[in-house]
Amino acid sequence: MSLPEIMLAVLWVGLTAYVLFGGADFGGGVWDLLAGGAKTGHRQRELIEHSIGPVWEANHVWLIFVIVLTWTGLPSVFAAVASTLYIPLTLAALGIIGRGAAFAFRKVSTELWQRRLFGATFAFSSVVTPFFLGTVAGAIASGRVPLGIARGDLVGSWLNPTSVTAGALAVGVAAYLACVYLTRDAQRAGAADLVAAFRRRALVCGVAVGALSAVGLIVLRADTPDLYTELTSGRALPLLLLSVVAGLASLALMWWRAYVAVRLTAALAVMGLLWGWGVGQYPAPLPGVSLDEAAATDAVLAASLGSLAVGAVLLLPSLWWLYATFQRDRGKSR
Amino acid sequence: MPGRTRDGGIEPSSGGAKVMCHGAGIAVHVLNGADLGAARMQMALSLGWHIVLACFGVGMPAITLIAEWRGHRSGDSHYRLLARRWAKAMGVLFAVGAVSGTILSFEMGLLWPGMMGVYGEVIGLPFSLEGIAFFIEAIFVGIYLYAWDRLPPRAHLLAGVPIVLAGVASAFFVVSANAWMQRPTGFQVKDGRVVSVDPWGAMFNPATPPMTTHMILAAFMVAGFGMASVYAVAMLRGRRDRYHRLGLLLPLTVAAVITPVQIGVGDWAAHAVADQQPVKLAAMEGVFRTGRGVPLHLGGIAIDGEMRYALELPYGLSLLAHWDPNAEIHGLEEVPPGDRPPVNVVHWAFQIMVAFGFALLALAAWLAWEWRRRRDLPRSPWFLRAAAASGVAAVLALESGWVVTEVGRQPWIVFRVLRTSQAVNPAPGLVYGFVLVTVVYLLLTVATVYVLRRLARDVPVPVAPQERDISGYKVV
Repeated sequence: MSLPEIMLAVLWVGLTAYVLFGGADFGGGVWDLLAGGAKTGHRQRELIEHSIGPVWEANHVWLIFVIVLTWTGLPSVFAAVASTLYIPLTLAALGIIGRGAAFAFRKVSTELWQRRLFGATFAFSSVVTPFFLGTVAGAIASGRVPLGIARGDLVGSWLNPTSVTAGALAVGVAAYLACVYLTRDAQRAGAADLVAAFRRRALVCGVAVGALSAVGLIVLRADTPDLYTELTSGRALPLLLLSVVAGLASLALMWWRAYVAVRLTAALAVMGLLWGWGVGQYPAPLPGVSLDEAAATDAVLAASLGSLAVGAVLLLPSLWWLYATFQRDRGKSR
Repeated sequence: MPGRTRDGGIEPSSGGAKVMCHGAGIAVHVLNGADLGAARMQMALSLGWHIVLACFGVGMPAITLIAEWRGHRSGDSHYRLLARRWAKAMGVLFAVGAVSGTILSFEMGLLWPGMMGVYGEVIGLPFSLEGIAFFIEAIFVGIYLYAWDRLPPRAHLLAGVPIVLAGVASAFFVVSANAWMQRPTGFQVKDGRVVSVDPWGAMFNPATPPMTTHMILAAFMVAGFGMASVYAVAMLRGRRDRYHRLGLLLPLTVAAVITPVQIGVGDWAAHAVADQQPVKLAAMEGVFRTGRGVPLHLGGIAIDGEMRYALELPYGLSLLAHWDPNAEIHGLEEVPPGDRPPVNVVHWAFQIMVAFGFALLALAAWLAWEWRRRRDLPRSPWFLRAAAASGVAAVLALESGWVVTEVGRQPWIVFRVLRTSQAVNPAPGLVYGFVLVTVVYLLLTVATVYVLRRLARDVPVPVAPQERDISGYKVV
């Protein structure tokens, strides 16, 4: 593997982590929005807050990681994407502010009206942000971002069948991952009614996301035939199959109440989609641009990748400690 | 690899017009002036906002840890209560800081694609490292804030240490990228494309040491004075118990110890500017004509290429900038008018920063003097009033210092390499983005201030199991 390829792979690992962890945090916000009135939804919201609270900031860093690695590794691609897609990216950025700040504010607020106001902001931004980020993915996947500064259509590049489907799929995936994770969290907290509620949602949401993915393929066929061909008969086919099989397995496992195992298969289903897209689009990050043309100089790639490798030695044990601390049963301490 | 790195070529006499006219890869766009202004204002707003939060993110964990550590050592429950309190506020500030920082990484591309598309890789290394540092910070903030009752006290204290180290490291990495924009080194450009990069050389450019040191110390000053001023206000309102005294004394001591060091580092930073960016120094001091034995201007307004109404200290600038009363100072006249930063903004921002810096030094000296004499806070209510104002003063000094650095760099985004107007996103409608961002930041400001004030007021503090001894304590 050449240095640009390694960089691209690392970038995609970061993107995957962001979708699996950060995405689920947005999904938590989606369920917060749908939890019902202040009284009826109280316990669900508490569970969501409890699950997201300690980890969302660390999960959020994956996004920064992806952005920074893009401009380091593929500067011209970063500039083209950011300048052409500045509308959805600005809206996503504002959504990120609303989600993170309002979540922190709600946590320390005591009065009902404040909790409602901040809670609504948190929940609303949690739906909007993944949608806009999804449209950005759709714009890149459908080849609507040309190389150069703001050369693409400022509106049409992200308001098109592929982008809108990708946006909806992003929200759906976030919500699905969240209820899969929350089911197990509720089980560990010993809340049988919440387990049942989130299990039901996971089943419904899983079917919906599966259907949306199928619709997505039809849209791709019409709108982005190259990627469609790669996904259905090319290099990316195994990953698409992985996604389908893992998705179906997740439904079955959720039905049989295997709440830990389903976390793995749900994550695999999502990974199949992401890596299917990546492999399907490889090696051209933007239309007519080869990876080598777009990549930074080797000195930069080597220094950044080397630093990341050293950083990973510090990061991975820390991340493990974070998740281990908060996924452990609370025992008698509370 | 010194042979591969290019010289910045920043001698003022070389003139802006003939240096580094690459830009072949980036079309020089005919721009809507309002959009460039909007992009600059949006960046200034979001950076100026984030920088305050970032300072608390760097400084506050250390001060909180000192309180927690003192609490363990002395068994004084007030320290532990303070640590809990500060940790809670830190949680809010950290969250808001994290998201406002993320927006900046978006805006680098949304607003300045002309810079990022070409030079993104040159400043990529410090940002990658910053990503790692921030990751570690976020992980341990999660553990520190949420695991008070899950970890033994000692482990909890240790979990705070990586936050402090990673916070300082983050500040270093981010500011080193900014230093590169002031003193771009470590790369070669050919036909508008970067052809070779020495990423370590770019990161450790000559502007990095003074700028990063100045910024990290500023962060501790902002956090220290800012936290102290909350308790000074409470004491002025008559709450003079031990809890409030310690809440004032601990952060104020940290800030007071750092302030004189910062004045020295500031002098170092100014010398570096004099060497590396003489045009910026000329704007800071309002010097138009090159000469020897140049006086220091206090106050004054630049009108028609001249400083008016300024108090002049003879030989002052030559002496301060080069330790020689007859040293030569390069004036703004050496570069064409189009290559000069707005003099009045930079000059006044610099004056304000220095004035507040010395005012804070006086406050620190007052505290040190009385503490030496009587082992107590000064008794005068004016001391509390000054301490109450010190947080605002530190933030104003911070912001004006940042204005000096960034406005003083104009019209260049990468000093003498790329103009801000060449880097901006040429897409229409940036003005609307700016308006939207302004509204969101206004709301964010109101909400943050409101929530922090609520936190500082009458909410009873939840108490961890190991702190049962103070469970009855409620701060009113």
